[in-house]
Amino acid sequence: MSHLAIIPILLPLAAGIACLALERAGLVAQRAVSLAAALMMMAVAALLLRHAGTGAIDVYALGNWPAPFGIVLVLDRLSALMVAVCAALALPALIYASGGTDALGRHFHALFQFQIAGLNGAFLTGDLFNLFVFFEVLLLASYGLLVHGNGRARANAGLAYVVLNLTGSALFLIALGLLYGTLGTLNMADMAHALARVPAADQALVRTAASLLVVVFALKAALFPLSFWLPSVYGAAVAPAAALFAIMTKVGVYALLRVSSASFAGAPVTADLLQPWLMPLAIATIVAGTLGALAARRLAVVVASLVVVSTGTLLAAIAASGIEAIAAALFYLVHSTLVAGGFFLLAGRIASARGEAGDGFRTGQTATRAVTLGAAYLVFALAISGVPPLSGFLAKLMILRSIQEAPFGPLAWTALLSSSLLPALVLARAASVFFWEAKPAPAATAEARLGLPALAMLTMLAASPLLVAFAAPVADYARATAMQLRSPAASEAVLGADPATARERRP
Amino acid sequence: MELIVAAGIGLLTACGLYLVLRAETFSVVLGLTLLSYAVNLVLFASGRLVANAPPLLVEGVPRHTDPLPQALVLTAIVISFGMTAYLVALALRAKGESGRDGFDGGDPT
Repeated sequence: MSHLAIIPILLPLAAGIACLALERAGLVAQRAVSLAAALMMMAVAALLLRHAGTGAIDVYALGNWPAPFGIVLVLDRLSALMVAVCAALALPALIYASGGTDALGRHFHALFQFQIAGLNGAFLTGDLFNLFVFFEVLLLASYGLLVHGNGRARANAGLAYVVLNLTGSALFLIALGLLYGTLGTLNMADMAHALARVPAADQALVRTAASLLVVVFALKAALFPLSFWLPSVYGAAVAPAAALFAIMTKVGVYALLRVSSASFAGAPVTADLLQPWLMPLAIATIVAGTLGALAARRLAVVVASLVVVSTGTLLAAIAASGIEAIAAALFYLVHSTLVAGGFFLLAGRIASARGEAGDGFRTGQTATRAVTLGAAYLVFALAISGVPPLSGFLAKLMILRSIQEAPFGPLAWTALLSSSLLPALVLARAASVFFWEAKPAPAATAEARLGLPALAMLTMLAASPLLVAFAAPVADYARATAMQLRSPAASEAVLGADPATARERRP
Repeated sequence: MELIVAAGIGLLTACGLYLVLRAETFSVVLGLTLLSYAVNLVLFASGRLVANAPPLLVEGVPRHTDPLPQALVLTAIVISFGMTAYLVALALRAKGESGRDGFDGGDPT
């Protein structure tokens, strides 16, 4: 049995523990460990992608207990892709943080690594209760990262965020209890088979449990009307933490996609659970996020609202549910995560370059290094609002093409197109405040050095053009992933060719 | 026994929800604690309610109870305990920062 599938969880966990142990040794040692772990994660993610790219599905039985008795990790194309996106986002965010953000509070690197461990675990697990545990790991780390750097806004945003997610966790556990009580299993692949033979008396209970589960994932993904918490929370976090948070909503989207395709879609009891309302809610999410971007008074809050828009866009494509639509959604997921993460870093740079005014939309002193920041701003703004020639345009085009036949297609088109236009206007208005209306900086202001944060931000700048240059291989991978999600191969890899006898096999 | 457990869970959930919806942090913390008790009972009951039966297959004992929900409940208890502790610490800090105890102290964005 190859141990490849568990490395993305163990590596950041070990690095986080090492960072805790090295607290006395100072920040430099913690940075070294943390950055080394993030670099190694990139290498591991490349290995995972190459392995999963062959179409192989690795099932890693923890404790060597076979499914459905033990907990398994499942490494397929989708989880490898998500782990890779997470690694590609984490490394620049860590480089940015090493430029001084991590000194604002204690344990930044440990929390960051624990969050990566939780994210990777959530992407790799094949068991619903284990998914809950990894959700809690990543949430607990995110609670710490959110209040990193202190301040009143962060403490208040953190309080609301923690209470909301604790309530979500309670709902998650109720759903798990009901599912285990009725189906007798929490293994995702085994659940699909158990769902197919639910006795009539239990069907209402199973549907309730499945709906609760969907509500929890919708809360994590920030689907309307559960999206209002996001802008103030992400807007309050320090830049590198917010950049990593860009992938947290995608965990909710991932869980929805995974559970609906692995378990719910195949069974008549739950097949129509998502379909009737996912598309209208996705459209409402796009509208809510766009309006939020229009109303925002700070750049970080605009970007956070655009994260809500990206959730809506993703779920609109997932609601259309063809192979092409899922493939387009996965391409858009890679694009939107990396670009939003980079934009959060840029917002952090702009805030620190403008002194008092921060990233608020009010006239302040001229940003130091305004030309570099302005050029970077242009690229990110084009990419995130979906204007040609960058990856946002390609991704949105793929989604538009794939959802035109779906119900609510014309409405979704309108929402998607206006979610390109209106944010572009908002970002243009913000740019004029940042780069033209500015007052000259006082002479005493030292020229900002082109340090690690700027380097990290410029690295993220490359993501969108690279996605355009390598659009064909990424789109091919996404299409193969969508097809793999539809095929029974994953279930067969977990349970063997004949699931009915899986329960009879003794370990 | 089923009726008592079900009614108890319902009562805990109702009280928990009422308290979570209040504006003071202390009520919310209590409400979340009640909710997590209710949730733990739901998880525990998902293995069916069996009294005086071992969670193992024992030779000569015909009745046994499902051990898995007990493991799930243990995990859930540990997690909710840690989260509550963190929430209390965060609430204290938020009160220290804003001087008020409640959820309306945030800056408009």
